[in-house]
Amino acid sequence: MPTTTVEANNLGKRFKDTAALDGFDLAAEAGTVLGLLGPNGAGKTTTVRILTTLLRFDTGTAAVAGFDVGRDARQVRRRIGLTGQQTAVDDLLTARQNLVLFGKLFRLTKSRARERADQLLAQFGLAEAADRQAKGFSGGMKRRLDLAASMILAPQVLFLDEPTTGLDPAGRREVWDAVSGLAADGTTVVLTTHYLDEADRLCDRIAVIDHGRNLVDDTPAGLKRRMGADRLEIVAADPGDLPVLREIVAALAQGETTTDEGASSVSAPVGEPVAALTAAATAVQDKRLTVADIGLRRPTLDEAFLELIGASPNDTATKKKEDRL
Amino acid sequence: MTTLAPVPDETLGGRIKWTLHDYRAIVGQEFTHLWRQPVNFAWQLGFPIVMVLLFVYVFGSAMDVTGQGAGVDYVAYAMPGMFAMTMAFGFTNTAWAVAEAKEKGFIDRVRSMPMASSAVVVGRNIADTLHAAVDLFVLFVIALVIGWRSEGTFWETLGAFAILLWLRFALIWVGVWLGLLVKDVTQAGNLFAIAFPFGMVSSVFTPPELMPGWLGAIAAWNPVSATATAIRELFGNPAAIGDSWPEQHALLAAIVWPVIITAIFLPLAVRKFQNLGR
Repeated sequence: MPTTTVEANNLGKRFKDTAALDGFDLAAEAGTVLGLLGPNGAGKTTTVRILTTLLRFDTGTAAVAGFDVGRDARQVRRRIGLTGQQTAVDDLLTARQNLVLFGKLFRLTKSRARERADQLLAQFGLAEAADRQAKGFSGGMKRRLDLAASMILAPQVLFLDEPTTGLDPAGRREVWDAVSGLAADGTTVVLTTHYLDEADRLCDRIAVIDHGRNLVDDTPAGLKRRMGADRLEIVAADPGDLPVLREIVAALAQGETTTDEGASSVSAPVGEPVAALTAAATAVQDKRLTVADIGLRRPTLDEAFLELIGASPNDTATKKKEDRL
Repeated sequence: MTTLAPVPDETLGGRIKWTLHDYRAIVGQEFTHLWRQPVNFAWQLGFPIVMVLLFVYVFGSAMDVTGQGAGVDYVAYAMPGMFAMTMAFGFTNTAWAVAEAKEKGFIDRVRSMPMASSAVVVGRNIADTLHAAVDLFVLFVIALVIGWRSEGTFWETLGAFAILLWLRFALIWVGVWLGLLVKDVTQAGNLFAIAFPFGMVSSVFTPPELMPGWLGAIAAWNPVSATATAIRELFGNPAAIGDSWPEQHALLAAIVWPVIITAIFLPLAVRKFQNLGR
């Protein structure tokens, strides 16, 4: 029987005359990873700050690990971990000193704090770097140290605000592995991200937020399904072939066929993807055409996301500016 | 999985015990910083040292603060001033450290933890006061090297140091408040523009009597002047005392001013900290 570890209903929060959150709902079941996705200024960080007791909210209710965030902040704080957007480790301390310090501040005894630091250093692959100052660490190492610090009490719920922003691919992978491992051990994870591949890979459910309101709450697969059918796409080797290729695709299409002159490609949604692909390939061969590429394209989460927020990336940037004003 | 629940602190005694434990952890962190960053520590002390060299050896020969001729007894006059000035400027270090902790997300992290939220502010204060004591000791040794002497008794000398730390302690609240108020570390760095006139428009290097009337009045009423004059009296150094009330009652003023500063800025700092969640 799944239990809800994070639950927020009708959250509202205003900053002066802008509504950061405007009736936002959120729910995460125990042991799952919930992704909070949305453009800049959508209210992701505000939500995390409210759920981690850092920010008071104006309306609605929020409960984490069974405790009311407003009334029982102390109880909530004992059961959560937070890794904010900035790496909040002390650069001047060594990895071990950082973890022992946070262990003490989590009110472990000195010996227990040391013991826990050793465990975490091993778990996060930092044992060798344990006695080096954090300022010499790579971005990925710092993030892992940051994650380790938020894991000292093995929290029921871990909040991660853009955990991989600014990391190189290797660093992102390190963080992903750490997060997956924690979720596998039963920690509920709530993370915000801009990266759809990250959400796709880590999250059990994705809540899309824009202008402080819920747009959709679904699984990554479900989100993609909302984008509709797979598309058949042929990229012409010679742009002169485009009209012929368009005929081939249109004959198989279940919907509008689109030609992209810039990419020299023709595409359309198809019902039976594999049959359509085979038929298209046969038709191309019969007409003795040479094409650069022919294939099926699954909608990406990026497309699903952009369609949901109803804007191109540029529009999103403009919106963000307006929000600030 | 959640087997690591911290020791409960529901009783009053438990709360006090763990609050002190939190303070100690934060103070320990600050002192590790000192060990780790001796260069930073040296730079913070570098400014008063440069100032003293400048005033004692460059301008000092032209200064007649005792009425006995230019340069006479200037080291004895300027040294206590430099001690007071270092205490006065210290709040910028506090503000900078607080702004950095805020900018780096350190304050947010500890606020999301089950520790005493006052530990960030109070721990900072204890650590900075101890830091200031170390600063003072180093400056004291340097002063002795360049020929300054305390003519007071052992207890008067010790009292003078207590008065200095008392001013620094009060100004830490100003530093915490400003550190939470500013947007980032860069702005915190700009606070020096406030600290400089606050430290210098005072009797630190020049008697207020030698300044234009209105400026002299500001300087005479400056808390830094009260501290400088009070410790000059305790050290038995020349003091060039004017007619204004704080100069005539320097010791009393040096005790009362920090009380007033604390009464204003301690609540401001605490409220600012609590309102971070707004």
